[in-house]
Amino acid sequence: MDKVGDQQMKHWRLEVDDENIAWLTLDYADASTNVLSSSVMEELGVILADIIQTPPAALVIQSGKKSGFIAGADVSEFGSLCDGDRAFKYIRESQETLYQLESFHFPTIAVISGFCMGGGLELALACRYRIAEDIPSTRLGLPEVRLGIHPGFGGSVRLPPLVGTVTAMDMILTGRSVSASAARKIGLVNYSVPGRHLVNAVHKLIASPPKKQKPAFLKRLPSHRLIRPLLAKYLRKKVAVKAPEHHYPSPYALIDLWLHHADDPETMMEEEARSLARMLVRESAQNLIRVFFLQSTLKGLGKGTDFKAKNVHVIGAGTMGGDIAAWCALRGLNVSLQDRTPESIAPAMKRAYKLFKKKLKKPRLVQEAFDRLMPDTQGLGVKRADVIIEAIFEDLKVKQELYQKIEPQMKEGALLATNTSSIPLEELAVVLKDPSRLVGLHFFNPVAMMQLVEVVKGKDTDDEVVRKAAAFTGKINRLPLRVKSTPGFLVNRILMPYLMEAVVMVGEGIEPARIDQAALNFGMPMGPIELADTVGLDICLSVAEILSSHLGGKVPDVLRDRVSTGNLGKKSGRGFYEYRKGKAVKPKQDSNDRLPEDLQDRLIFRLLNESAACLREGVVEDTDQLDAGIIFGTGFAPFRGGPMHYVKAKGLEDQIKRLEFLEQTYGERFRKDEGWDQLRDQIIES
Amino acid sequence: MQKDVTYNGRKVYVVDGSRTPQLKSAGTPGPFSASDLAVYAARSLLARQPFSPDDLDEVIFGCVMPSPDEVNIARIIALRLGCGDRVPAWTVQRNCASGMQALDCAAQNISSGRSEIVLAGGTEVMSRAPILFSPAMAKWLAVLNRARGFAPKLAAISKFRPALLKPVIGLIKGLSDPVVGLSMGQTAENLVYKFQLTREQLDQYAMESHQRLSKAQDEGFLSNEIEAIYDSKGNCYLHDNGVRKDSNMEGLAKLKPVFDRGFGNVTAGNSAQITDGASCLILASEDAVKKYKLPVLGTIVDSQWAGLDPAQMGLGPVHAMTPLMQRHKIDIQDVDYWEINEAFAAQVLACTTAWQDEDYCKTELGLDKVMGAIPPDRLNIDGGGISLGHPVGASGARIVLHLLHVLERNQAKRGVASLCIGGGQGGAMLLERENADG
Repeated sequence: MDKVGDQQMKHWRLEVDDENIAWLTLDYADASTNVLSSSVMEELGVILADIIQTPPAALVIQSGKKSGFIAGADVSEFGSLCDGDRAFKYIRESQETLYQLESFHFPTIAVISGFCMGGGLELALACRYRIAEDIPSTRLGLPEVRLGIHPGFGGSVRLPPLVGTVTAMDMILTGRSVSASAARKIGLVNYSVPGRHLVNAVHKLIASPPKKQKPAFLKRLPSHRLIRPLLAKYLRKKVAVKAPEHHYPSPYALIDLWLHHADDPETMMEEEARSLARMLVRESAQNLIRVFFLQSTLKGLGKGTDFKAKNVHVIGAGTMGGDIAAWCALRGLNVSLQDRTPESIAPAMKRAYKLFKKKLKKPRLVQEAFDRLMPDTQGLGVKRADVIIEAIFEDLKVKQELYQKIEPQMKEGALLATNTSSIPLEELAVVLKDPSRLVGLHFFNPVAMMQLVEVVKGKDTDDEVVRKAAAFTGKINRLPLRVKSTPGFLVNRILMPYLMEAVVMVGEGIEPARIDQAALNFGMPMGPIELADTVGLDICLSVAEILSSHLGGKVPDVLRDRVSTGNLGKKSGRGFYEYRKGKAVKPKQDSNDRLPEDLQDRLIFRLLNESAACLREGVVEDTDQLDAGIIFGTGFAPFRGGPMHYVKAKGLEDQIKRLEFLEQTYGERFRKDEGWDQLRDQIIES
Repeated sequence: MQKDVTYNGRKVYVVDGSRTPQLKSAGTPGPFSASDLAVYAARSLLARQPFSPDDLDEVIFGCVMPSPDEVNIARIIALRLGCGDRVPAWTVQRNCASGMQALDCAAQNISSGRSEIVLAGGTEVMSRAPILFSPAMAKWLAVLNRARGFAPKLAAISKFRPALLKPVIGLIKGLSDPVVGLSMGQTAENLVYKFQLTREQLDQYAMESHQRLSKAQDEGFLSNEIEAIYDSKGNCYLHDNGVRKDSNMEGLAKLKPVFDRGFGNVTAGNSAQITDGASCLILASEDAVKKYKLPVLGTIVDSQWAGLDPAQMGLGPVHAMTPLMQRHKIDIQDVDYWEINEAFAAQVLACTTAWQDEDYCKTELGLDKVMGAIPPDRLNIDGGGISLGHPVGASGARIVLHLLHVLERNQAKRGVASLCIGGGQGGAMLLERENADG
């Protein structure tokens, strides 16, 4: 693309204008998104070394992509960095390149439009000035902790002195990103301007360079060496609420780094590299990186179709239907929400407004989204809809009648989707003239939080329809998981034995809080008992009964008793726990308190055994999709890489032995599924 | 001088229409802005059409007092409805007849061939009428803003007097006639005096208005014109909520006159309510009706505007309806149903009385005999402004929409809708249903 010295540049383009300003553009070869791969960093090193030979008046770094500035480091390279020394060496070299950029005596300016994440922001931080385009897609952040690592190209060294310790640590430890205007407010960028003024802002910075930004005294104070230990203690405590150290070590490593070296940038830089190298080779980071890629795998399921949904019609304004409709409107689609009476739609409109306000903040955008959501008691939206989602109560007859009524009104090529979780698609489809157009779109509650949507293929469902449904799911920023139409699909099917085992334990007299603690120790985001209470015990019971009628097994009496006495969980104020102000009242648990090993294994092995059964029955295509489905559908400890990955990591044979032991101790419900034998073949193959 | 029919080009069809329930002001700003209401009124209306919102040629709305962030409210409504960037939109204002003015403009553009399909209507949120600073306060603020330096600023601040804070209630200003110095209610008092109407007559009329609306609601007569609206707090509104099903003469008699305190006859009970609401219709040319196979609710045959003494603005309808009917050579018995907007019971009664008053017909209307009596069972048969409320910019569109539904319900042919207009004007529209027997 561009020649520097005698070296051909693949990713960078350098142009020097009449005013001797050097414009350096990153245009990552053969991809739509800029990442800082090793080859990009290598080339940058060469270019910077060349620039210093004939210093320009200023150097501007910008992106050649419409999608954004730089998305971060090239995560796909992380897998090959599992050798600690090699990782350290690579990080140090990159740091060196950015140090060179930082030490130029002429102004260096990063012009940021769109995302500027991770390594991208660290590159921008090495520039003397930053200008951000004030558009919604501009986000600046250091999300590394979410992959089980932390910044490594000097982000943790350069950010605190720029924006103040508290703000910087908050950004790094939570991985949250900020908008252009917020970045301006905290001092992360010098200007946040509309696109029409980006070039003007560059010239203004060069003509009258502002003094180096420095946070106010009070913002610098927390990094004083006498105050740091106190703040570090506070930060650790705050992080521990969400991410226990033995599962997620990287934020703690970062706090230590700052605590010990904040006064000495040079050492801190080196230690940052050393610590990151240590993190990178850890299993939990490698697993989280794997999960990151599983996400792209799921997103890929919607490829190969040019289906573009614009209008969505949702029938049934209950919790699920109403929230699905609101989510679709939030994501920019025109939505009509149908129910029988205005009174049954009104509560959904209230929830929708709350969601829009929380997510969009600006009144203008909130109103736009609210306008996109049309309450529709007459079903006017059916004829214009590209996607119809049925989310009415679970009654075969009523659903069938509804389908018969709407099918003749539907646009050609429009999707008919059902959110059913318990009625087989094949039974629903019999009334359709074209049964191949019915597909399942199984959302999870709460819709705005749960990323996964099961795309259910019935016996008759056309493959193209499944692809369209997956593409639609991707369009509304959810992860599609293709599953076969079998009772419970994947997520509920696997979750239920795990929940039921927990309920059985309660029946045995084990304290609920201890059971939940066992699950939390494994890395689940919420214990099974609290989860059951949150979902609603009546709903758990009905799902359990449907599943056991198909798959055998016994629904524990304890669960029936609770439901029959009206203790339905969080919503009724009492389930297995009592709820005060929406919070479960639990006796304080000491996480160091040794729980019987059985507790955890009983929970997890019910889940693993059902996973094996699902694989054997082909509910999902492969182990990767199963892992992804369970992580994004249930929150299964992501740093463990999913149930099947966990089995492989722990050793298949050992796990089978443990399962057999559990069967001997606790009986039939732990009987090894034949799926384990197939798993054995697969693992040997891979 | 006899004028020509207004729409002397192509025929103007009313395809369909819809409105929000009219919400009585609770004395505090209501949950909806004027554009919110119009969006609710029109969104389902457009969704049930075979054409898409961007097929409209223009959008015209009447609104007397759009809020400061809703100037040219019609354009805001059009964009919020998803009509797209390329559908032009404009706002019209003729006080209480703004909604009818929007229909008139739409009809003219269709008749002349400029437009094929137009969304037209009116919207008003009286509960959110602004409270303003006085000009004296504005001047003080301007001086303060211009002052540079400590001393001039201090000097400016020292000029402040608490009296400057006395608010100007926008709604009161809006409902007063600055030329003759009377509130609208006082112009109604003038008519009570002129035609020697009694308090009992006014209250009787008001009570019947509530009874008529009440019956219409019970019979479901309004369900085909009202679209439910939803606020952000989980409430939905389905009905005109100003109706008093238990309205009675004793209760009405207890109310005190509000405009001519101590002496008058016009009370809150026999005046239109302060109300929020929006109404809109889709007007189309014959070509468009054929092209999209649109249903037809009726045709707008003609319209008439008239001016009169602002102090007697309530008689506006007779001044507009008389030439309109003369032009089409029709008498009272040729009109099946009437809607005369109920701004005040006194003013509607004055209109019907004036048409039976030989002196008024001769001297003021230039007739050689009386027009006659409008049969009460043909006038405002489902209630009016007194029971439904009168969101000023919207009422003109509402009475046209409702009259077309009344004609349809009764398989009748011809109707006249009319309103009085603050400032001394009247407006009237002649509507017909085709294929009607009778």
